[in-house]
Amino acid sequence: MRDKLLQLLIISVGILIIVKLFSLQVINSSSELIYNASVQKIYEFPERGYIYDRNNKLIVSNDFSYDILVVPADVNLEDSILISKDFNIDTSVFNEKLLDAQNFSNVKASILINNISKDEYAPIQEKLWKHSGFFVQKKSKRTYNALTAANLLGYISEVNKSEVEKNSYYEIGEMIGRQGLEKTYEDKLRGVKGVKFFQKDKFNRIIGSYKNGDYDTLPIPSKDLTLTIDLDLQQYGDSLMQNKRGSIVAIEPKTGDILALINSPSYDLSSLIDKNRSINYKKLENDSIGKPLFERGLQGQYAPGSTFKIINALIGLQENVINEETMHRCEGGHFYSKNAFMRCHTKETTFSDLNNAIYTSCNTFFAKTYKEIIENYESSSVGLDKWNDYVRSFGFGNYLGYDHPTGQPGFIPSSQYYDNWYNNSWRAVTTISNSIGQGEILTTPIQLANFAATIANRGWYITPHFVKEIENDSINDNYKRKNVSLIDSKHFKPIINGMIDVIDIGTATNSKIRDIKIAGKTGTAENFIRVNGKRKQLTDHSIFIGFAPADDPKIAICVFIENGYWGSRWAAPISSLIIEKYLKKEINRKWLENYILEGDLTTEYLKPYLTTNFSINE
Amino acid sequence: MSNLKIKNYDLTSLIIVISLIIIGLINIYSVSYSDSNSIENFFTKQLVFVLFSFAICSVLILLDINFYFKYASIIYISMVLLLILLLFIGKEVNGAKSWFNFLGFSLQPSELMKPVTALAIAKYLSNVHSDIKNYKIQFYSFIIILVPIVLILLQPDPGTALIFFSFYLVLHIVGLPSIYLNIFMFISILFIATIIIGMKIMLMITGIIFSIIFLYSIYKKNKKSKLIYISVFAVFNILISTFIYENLFEQRHRDRIGVVLGLEKDLAGIGYNANQSKLAFNSGGLFGQGFLKGTQTKGDFIPEQHSDYIFATIGEEWGFFGSLFVISLFIVLLMRMTERTIKQTSIFYKIFSYSVIAIIFFHFAINISMVIGLFPTVGIPLPYISYGGSSLLSFMILFTGYLKIDSQKKSKW
Repeated sequence: MRDKLLQLLIISVGILIIVKLFSLQVINSSSELIYNASVQKIYEFPERGYIYDRNNKLIVSNDFSYDILVVPADVNLEDSILISKDFNIDTSVFNEKLLDAQNFSNVKASILINNISKDEYAPIQEKLWKHSGFFVQKKSKRTYNALTAANLLGYISEVNKSEVEKNSYYEIGEMIGRQGLEKTYEDKLRGVKGVKFFQKDKFNRIIGSYKNGDYDTLPIPSKDLTLTIDLDLQQYGDSLMQNKRGSIVAIEPKTGDILALINSPSYDLSSLIDKNRSINYKKLENDSIGKPLFERGLQGQYAPGSTFKIINALIGLQENVINEETMHRCEGGHFYSKNAFMRCHTKETTFSDLNNAIYTSCNTFFAKTYKEIIENYESSSVGLDKWNDYVRSFGFGNYLGYDHPTGQPGFIPSSQYYDNWYNNSWRAVTTISNSIGQGEILTTPIQLANFAATIANRGWYITPHFVKEIENDSINDNYKRKNVSLIDSKHFKPIINGMIDVIDIGTATNSKIRDIKIAGKTGTAENFIRVNGKRKQLTDHSIFIGFAPADDPKIAICVFIENGYWGSRWAAPISSLIIEKYLKKEINRKWLENYILEGDLTTEYLKPYLTTNFSINE
Repeated sequence: MSNLKIKNYDLTSLIIVISLIIIGLINIYSVSYSDSNSIENFFTKQLVFVLFSFAICSVLILLDINFYFKYASIIYISMVLLLILLLFIGKEVNGAKSWFNFLGFSLQPSELMKPVTALAIAKYLSNVHSDIKNYKIQFYSFIIILVPIVLILLQPDPGTALIFFSFYLVLHIVGLPSIYLNIFMFISILFIATIIIGMKIMLMITGIIFSIIFLYSIYKKNKKSKLIYISVFAVFNILISTFIYENLFEQRHRDRIGVVLGLEKDLAGIGYNANQSKLAFNSGGLFGQGFLKGTQTKGDFIPEQHSDYIFATIGEEWGFFGSLFVISLFIVLLMRMTERTIKQTSIFYKIFSYSVIAIIFFHFAINISMVIGLFPTVGIPLPYISYGGSSLLSFMILFTGYLKIDSQKKSKW
């Protein structure tokens, strides 16, 4: 019986081999061209798309540099002196480099001179044809024509191994949009590379096209982007933000176009294009104090402070718990609960109606309104969730859906959150901080700017976005559609009137502009930091939201200055300057501009790192 | 001297072997074609080897078979001594001391050890007292095989050492108890499974399977001592496999195994050879690129293409039909030789012939599997076709031995 074993083995191995051969040679014929070493692929890369601002000012383009490559076997060595002269390098250097190339390979190309600029290349190009064995490789890199909006634009760098594995389009050495719009619009900016296949011989020389070019493809050109950003405004914003930290977000209410997104401190994108990229990037990443890579406008989650009173007023009107005539009494604050007093900056006993409450930013009025909203329903849970629905309809508590890869959702508490936190026993007054934008609520500056735009539009917004036009293409339909809030448009009028009075007679009178009616609201948000495990309170954040002109809004804005104290101290004046710049193109209030330009909060930012005690809110 | 009657010889097999040698020469020519740098190229050298091997074998076939039987032990022992000597004065090529160098010739004694070991084991087991069921006899048989394996592993040349396991197949055919094969299969399966799915999961699976069987056997009141041995053995085996794979194997071994098992994919690095070779087959298609026209072959992209990877050239230039033809030649040859060996009555003849068949079969199966990516890269040649003097001589001697024995059917042995 075992005599037959050998025959059985021979036959089965034979069959196995034949089946495998059949699958290799017949079924799978001529597929995997990629790794075939006798076929050379030569790619043709379309130039990466340019980026323009909304007024067609060029922001990002490309620059070219050239590498001269050499195939040592084809070089006429007797000419080395002439060649080095034509290439404008030292003969000894030339010989040395040629030797290096020979050591690598006599028949394969190696780089002889790299990174020659366009100007340096021109005279060399004229003489290149005279010498055999040399050819030129053109390289493209990003150039930035304006030093601004680093995190917004993003940068490109070489693909890494995992990206190559994930996406078969890329090969090692190619560039990919790494952050910002370069990342979001990678497919548009990149285009599609074309490929030509060539047959090589044993000596690695190309001997003709592979299979008559049947597999060759043409490159598909890249597309230029036109941003919604106004470059002048963006750069003006940069200058106002010097020596301060924070963010400016400006939106055109009618279109959702983001006119400016300013982050301070920022950095120079051109430090991330060449070989020092990784070192420079590490430096930015390690700056844990200034955090230049942290895009505050999109990623910064802060308590919105008094700017949030507006939304509670709107909800109060919608829920019919207040109207324009409602009066609330305030005595420098009020007891919202037994033994629980909420202070208010109104000094003596006052009676406020809605308009007055807005422009004086009276805590008491909004606390009482909020309490009534929540208690308007059978239980606090139902009331709070109703309130939560209203707030969310303005885009809070969620990623807005703009076309930038970074962002944070913020946080709007729901009844479930308090159920977990307070073990199901909580009332409206437990969550009273929500009325004045403190407590658990977190919002990002872009959400606040979008909120200002929604008020400007009397109840709707278009998802904010950074790209206005894509060459030969259209932008996402989401950026054309109206999102309607749950507040009826008739309720906006009294609110806007209150916001106009904020500038006229209220908390931000220093930000008045002649001929332009601004509607706005200041905010001052308490904030804390942990240093060595101890919770320390820092100077309040200065916040302002607003839009102008109030009756026909062209710009809505949120300015957020970290540790700037009163909203009226920094955020409101900066907003008014941005508005003036955008609407009038020039600034009449030079004194205000100078005050802002010279304003320096550096010492404020150093406080948490002091070993001694420090005072805040000075 | 035996009388040389042509009709007694297995001429069909001889013609097949000569065809394979010619196919080898043609393809070696193709590989070395246009390699103008070396005047003394692989083709002319191989041609010399062929003529030289034929000359040697013509002498060997004339000697009486009793001569080999008589001197088998002496030849074996002297070859073993030669292999020991090699470890001290051998010439190092590609990191292995496998070669003797004298008078401008290089010789690889491990190749010649194949026919010599076949002779030794055949002689030992053909002794009237040698019953393969006897443990002592089994032990000595294993020693005869293991001595060359250990000496060759020391060179180190694991590919050639691997081939000596073909003698195990021969022992199995002539009646070695199955327990060895079963244990070997058990170990191999556990080893491969451990590499693929990892030690922890394997231990868990083993634990679960054996607990189920264990509980079942308690329930059925069966004897369970054997089961405990097996499970302890399995666990021990998984741990040892992991240890060997992680600590004793070198990275290149792990890489090669990983590529075949599909655990790793690095087509430019460790998987380069296998991938380039697959591409050659791919590029060959059904009918091939034609003689001297293979782009992979012309480009010289496959290392060792003239020797271990020669089958890739056949696949590219002669296509699926070409490869099918060569494989068919091997299968016909091996089947025919086996068919005729089964009819042998003499144990000595039988064991020697089976050894010849098993050695050729192992080379054939492992080499082709390796070239088409079914087996990890190991350096062993394709019989009669691959470039190389020592291996050609060895295969020619093996075949001559078979021819000689086959012609003696009517003998009293």
